[in-house]
Amino acid sequence: MKPAAFTYARPADWPEALALLGGGARAQAGGQSLGPMMNLRLAQPGAVADLRHLPGFAGVTVTGATCRIGAGTTHAAIEDGAVPGLLGRILAGVARRIAYRAVRNRGTIGGSFSHADPAADWVAVLPVFMGEAIAFGPAGERRIPLDGFLRGLFETALAPDELLRAIELPLLPAGTRWGHWKFCRKPGEFSKATACVLAVPGAPVRAVLAALDTPPLVIADAGALLLAAPEAEAARIVAGLGPLEPWRAALARTALQRAGLAAREDA
Amino acid sequence: MNRSAISLTVNGAATTLEAEPRTHLADLLRGGMLLTGTHLGCEHGVCGACTVELDGAPARSCITHAGACDGASVRTIEGFAEDAVMAALRAAFTAEHALQCGYCTPGMLITARDVVLRLPEADEARVREEMAGNLCRCTGYRGIVRAVLRVLEQRRSAAAVA
Ligand SMILES: Cc1cc2nc3c(=O)[nH]c(=O)nc-3n(C[C@H](O)[C@H](O)[C@H](O)COP(=O)(O)OP(=O)(O)OC[C@H]3O[C@@H](n4cnc5c(N)ncnc54)[C@H](O)[C@@H]3O)c2cc1C
Ligand code: FES
Ligand code: FES
Repeated sequence: MKPAAFTYARPADWPEALALLGGGARAQAGGQSLGPMMNLRLAQPGAVADLRHLPGFAGVTVTGATCRIGAGTTHAAIEDGAVPGLLGRILAGVARRIAYRAVRNRGTIGGSFSHADPAADWVAVLPVFMGEAIAFGPAGERRIPLDGFLRGLFETALAPDELLRAIELPLLPAGTRWGHWKFCRKPGEFSKATACVLAVPGAPVRAVLAALDTPPLVIADAGALLLAAPEAEAARIVAGLGPLEPWRAALARTALQRAGLAAREDA
Repeated sequence: MNRSAISLTVNGAATTLEAEPRTHLADLLRGGMLLTGTHLGCEHGVCGACTVELDGAPARSCITHAGACDGASVRTIEGFAEDAVMAALRAAFTAEHALQCGYCTPGMLITARDVVLRLPEADEARVREEMAGNLCRCTGYRGIVRAVLRVLEQRRSAAAVA
């Protein structure tokens, strides 16, 4: 359970980080996924570029109606309220259910999203927002819509020579309703099925169904999940996913129904 | 072997060690400094036995490697000998039979201390949630949960009197 040998570098600025990446180094943020993978030798990078000391890597800024969350912002910082307002309350609730506090103190939102584990919590939630991922590459910054960022299992829209610099999310108006359900048998475990529902006043209700060993499914018009009896809509959505083991399909339907109900009851 | 100098502040004292970047913090502490209070179980972040305080907050020392720790401040279970909250937790762990073999105990104590300080209003459900990342194969957890609740209650009644 010891990693293979690697060289370690701590880039002082973003161009230096890109140069290391270009030379074959593996980016590391909190190391809370990469560390275990290296110990298990599932990953054996010859060189590691530690992003944690890059300027602006962590931290949250609000400009107008947009909240920019640095890729290096930890799950724990978000749990503790780094993001303001209603959006912050929603994200804090998601963050609290990721792993354990000792892991959340190091693990980052950008590391989790870049890692693109289909069962990860940010992967299951961020695509519900009408936001963007800010990638940084040799040509500068590039914006990628959040619901197009995840391309497959452990696969994202980032090019090999790009880093994730930030996540930008719209602040949420009063009256926004939210529901979220993560199925795991023990707190802190990876999910077996996650659903979330976001109802912003004046906009179509959006939902995400995730953690089913497939990339997250974004439902762009999920209003029927807010009805008093969302069973039929949940069943329709899950049936559209293709073959799932019966227990998994049942978890998926129930996660959607419970997230819908929670959003319906969210004051 | 690409060994390099790693500077750390461990339990308040500045030290420099020669280590490969791949050495994880727990091995650095145990092998390099003979601070064997930090235990290793799973070595992939799941069991919590290796939990230490890293830059002021609990972290897994098995999945943070030496390179990334350069310049960091670490507090291991040995560094809490004179800490009043830890003393109360030790007494409560004894009173509530919160350990048998003791293998999980250093990580349990470091996690418990963070819970007591960060969540002074925690109830039993919250304590169970917060302690879920530390596995114990001996006790069945009831004593551990009671010990943490005991210290939380002591601190709440002390605050009420003050
Ligand atoms: C015991 C345990 C339980 C866990 N449980 C959960 C859980 O329930 N839910 C959950 O969602 N997660 C869970 N995790 C994973 C945790 O949330 C990680 O923090 C997260 O997946 C990765 O974030 P990181 O910052 O540690 O990234 P790292 O481990 O440093 O990196 C992960 C990957 O992303 C790449 N990367 C990192 N940052 C960037 C960037 N800015 N740009 C481009 N690429 C980048 C790296 O090269 C690497 O491939 C758990 C982890 C552990 C150890
Ligand atoms: S040894 Fe580090 S979490 Fe198990
Ligand atoms: S006391 Fe033996 S593992 Fe917890």
